[in-house]
Formats: sequence, C-alpha cells, structure tokens
Amino acid sequence: MSRAGQQTFLYDRPPAVLAHTSVAGPKEGDGPLSEWFDTVLEDDLLSQKSWELAEMEMVRRCVLDALNRAQLPSDAVQAMLGGDLNNQIIASSFAARTLGMPFIGLYGACSTFVQALVIGAALISGGYLENAVCTASSHFCTAERQFRFPLELGTQRPPQASRTATACGCALLAAQGDAPLRVTAGTVGRIIDLNITDANHMGAAMAPAVFDCLSAHLSDTGRTAEDFDLIATGDLGWIGRDLLLELCAAAGVAMPPDKLIDCGASLFYQEQDTHAGGSGCGCVASVSCGWLMKRLERGELNRVLIVGSGAMFSPTSSQQAQSVPGIAYAACVERKD
Amino acid sequence: MSRQPFTPDQYHELVSKLTPSSRMLRGYWRAFWVGGLICAVGQALTLWADTLHLGEVTSPMFTTSVLVFFGTTLTGLGVYDRIGQYAGAGSAIPVTGFANSVAAPAIEFQREGAIMGVGARLFTLAGPVLAYGIASSVLVGVAYWLIRGWVM
Repeated sequence: MSRAGQQTFLYDRPPAVLAHTSVAGPKEGDGPLSEWFDTVLEDDLLSQKSWELAEMEMVRRCVLDALNRAQLPSDAVQAMLGGDLNNQIIASSFAARTLGMPFIGLYGACSTFVQALVIGAALISGGYLENAVCTASSHFCTAERQFRFPLELGTQRPPQASRTATACGCALLAAQGDAPLRVTAGTVGRIIDLNITDANHMGAAMAPAVFDCLSAHLSDTGRTAEDFDLIATGDLGWIGRDLLLELCAAAGVAMPPDKLIDCGASLFYQEQDTHAGGSGCGCVASVSCGWLMKRLERGELNRVLIVGSGAMFSPTSSQQAQSVPGIAYAACVERKD
Repeated sequence: MSRQPFTPDQYHELVSKLTPSSRMLRGYWRAFWVGGLICAVGQALTLWADTLHLGEVTSPMFTTSVLVFFGTTLTGLGVYDRIGQYAGAGSAIPVTGFANSVAAPAIEFQREGAIMGVGARLFTLAGPVLAYGIASSVLVGVAYWLIRGWVM
C-alpha cells in the first residue's frame, strides 16, 4: 500500500531523518523558540555583499551542519531538494552550486520545506534515492525587496500582515539508518482560491488550502486529529489559525484547539510587533527542524502532522489585481521506538 | 470536489470578522502630532529664512531643501522607517516623506549598480507622485490659461 485516497502517499519504506538543523536570524532568536534553534545569527548579512548572498550562505551552513551531524560527506548526498522566495530560487540553487549536490529546485512559497519532505521521502521510499537533503530558506531583507518595499521606507503594516522570517531548516532523509524519526506519509495539496485579493493577508488566503489538504490527509488515511500529538501548520499566523479552526468547525472536522499550533504564530512574541506572526519558507522549515523534530526525538511527541502552506502570488499578479491562491502540503513525522 | 464549508462570500465575511482592524484613533493622533511637528519645523525654518532676507522665492526653497536634507539623512541613519512605522501618513505626506521615498530605494538598490540599480530604481516610489503631480499641474495651468479672461 503506497497510496491512500486521492492525494496521499503512504511510504512503504519510511525514510529516517538522519539529521535536522535550523538557523534563525537575530529577531527570530529573540523569540520564544530561541533555544531550540541550532544556530542563531548575530549578523543577518553573514559578512556577505548582499542579502541574497547572505541567504545563500545561510542555506549552505544549515545543510553542512546537517551533514556534519550525520557524518556524511557532501558527495555522498544523492539529491538536494529545496527552494526559497527569491526570483528563480537563487538562494537554494546558488547554495547547491557550492555544495555540488544533484539539485531539485522547488517552489511552494512558504510550504516549500514540507513540499521537499513529501517529494524527497517519496523518492527514497520508491528506491530512486538512498538519501536526500530537504531544505528551504527565507530572509526578511530579500523578501521585503522582492515582494514589498525597500527596507528604509517609512511605511505602516496592517495588523493582518506577517513578517518574513530570516531562517533556514534542513532535514537529511535516508533509506537506511537507525535514527528515531521517520517520515511516514505525505499529502499533496490542491491550489485553493477563495478570492482573497489582499496580498498582506496571507493567513486568510492560505487557510482554506490548509483546510483542504488537512482534511484530505485525514480522510485518505482514516485518521482524526486525535491520532496526532500535534498538528503544526505553517504559516497561517494568529489570524489564519483562527480561520482554520472556524473552517474545521463549520465542516465538522474535529480539531481540538490545543492540538493545533502554527509555526508562524509560534516564532515570535506578540510584543515583537510582527503583527500576524512569522512567514516565509524558513519559518516552517526552522520551526519543524528546530522545535518539532527535537521534541519528537526527546519523546515529548510521537506523531506530528506538519502542514506547510504557501501563498502562490507574485508582485505581478498582485499588481494586476489577481487574488491570492493558496497551496498546502502535509507530512507526517513519527517517532519510532 | 470541494471540501470548503463556505462560499467565497461567506468566507470573506468570516475573514473580516476575525481580522483586527487598525487602531484608527491612535493612528490619527500619531499622524497628527508627528506631521504637525514636521510642519512646525518647516514653519520655523521659513520664519528664520525671512530674518535672513532670502526673499519670497528663495525662502520656501530654503525650507524645502533643509527638510529634504533631514528626511534623507534620517533615512540613511535608519531612523526614518521607524518614524514611519509609528506615524504613518504623519511622516509620509510631508516633503521629508518624499525624500525618504527616494533615498530608501537608492540605498536598497545600490548593490545592483549605479545605472540599473540606483538610477533605474530611484523613483520607483516617488515616480507616480512626480508623474501625476506634474501632469495635474499642467492641466491646471491649461485650465487657468483658458479661463483667465473671465477670472481677471
């Protein structure tokens, strides 16, 4: 049985998570998850010439850290799957250039990390790869210039806006290995668009896509929220999380609020003035690799469903008054004793 | 097959119910006092220019130049974006805000070089203000020229 329902992969040979590493920026390092990140940057430029090169360097360090922990040389890695928010995903591909690994570039906006987990685990389970590096990154300063305004412009943000996290996460998956964590199932979501045109309100744009993917995963696998210790969405923010709870309630999908956390809403304190919370590919990546996987390893959690979500708009589509379509991917990560 | 429990209209209603609105009164107050302060500084500069006997044409130019200098300098020091976050339109509408909207892309895009970076992007934000400001002044000028016989 390698498939369930319409959208879900059940991995016959669930890949082991050999290593998982996270890097977070200075502001993220002031947040509630500070101690869970492997590296907290003091300088978000990482002594580079540009923000884009800084993001690339952040990815490179995060991946190398994971390889060090697993004691795997980089030429033994069979594939690197990753993406970021830059045009033509340059942070990931430039990092892959330095790392010299076979590279599969992905784009799922903020869902990219989970997209990489779902595809990477499928390729390993199917026997096409022995191992794979799954990664995603985002940088506040590259995303601002890409999607919004120059950094020094004096603008106000609406309460529904989120802050792109400066962060990176990396999970090294392998067919062999006695690591305690396994990726056991993955669901590929559909693009859902309920005609939200406010590109600042990504939580509202993505919540229906998360709901769709989440309920697909539950119905495909015959599970309920009770079967998981935690369902972690990323990154709906505080408002998007409330919307998701409303959607679940209206559709009759049982979702106890204490089981549902959101990576974007967990990354910052409300006092840090990030409005709706954190966003960006690096948010769900670093929170998964830093916080969730470490808690799984410690035995505090046994089964977590990570549902990454992305707002699939571009500055062009926004300027042309198009609505913001949402996407979501779900990956089930379990502890195996 | 749609799993969505709401139609787009119903969902939009829910979204506006759950989205906190901006704190308008606080915003008005902050915009009022910061914008007012900038304008008071401008007025003080104009009065000072009068004591220097710069003349009717040069005095306002003196005031504008000094305010633009301050706006640009505060942008370069990384202060103006914080003022903007606090004051909103209070610091965006005065000419210091215009200076900020030119200086910010100049800093941001210097890494793309002098021509396609700073040169091409300098007016990305101020461009619309300039284009429509100049276009509307031309229209008003033409209208004035047409009707001046009746008015005068």
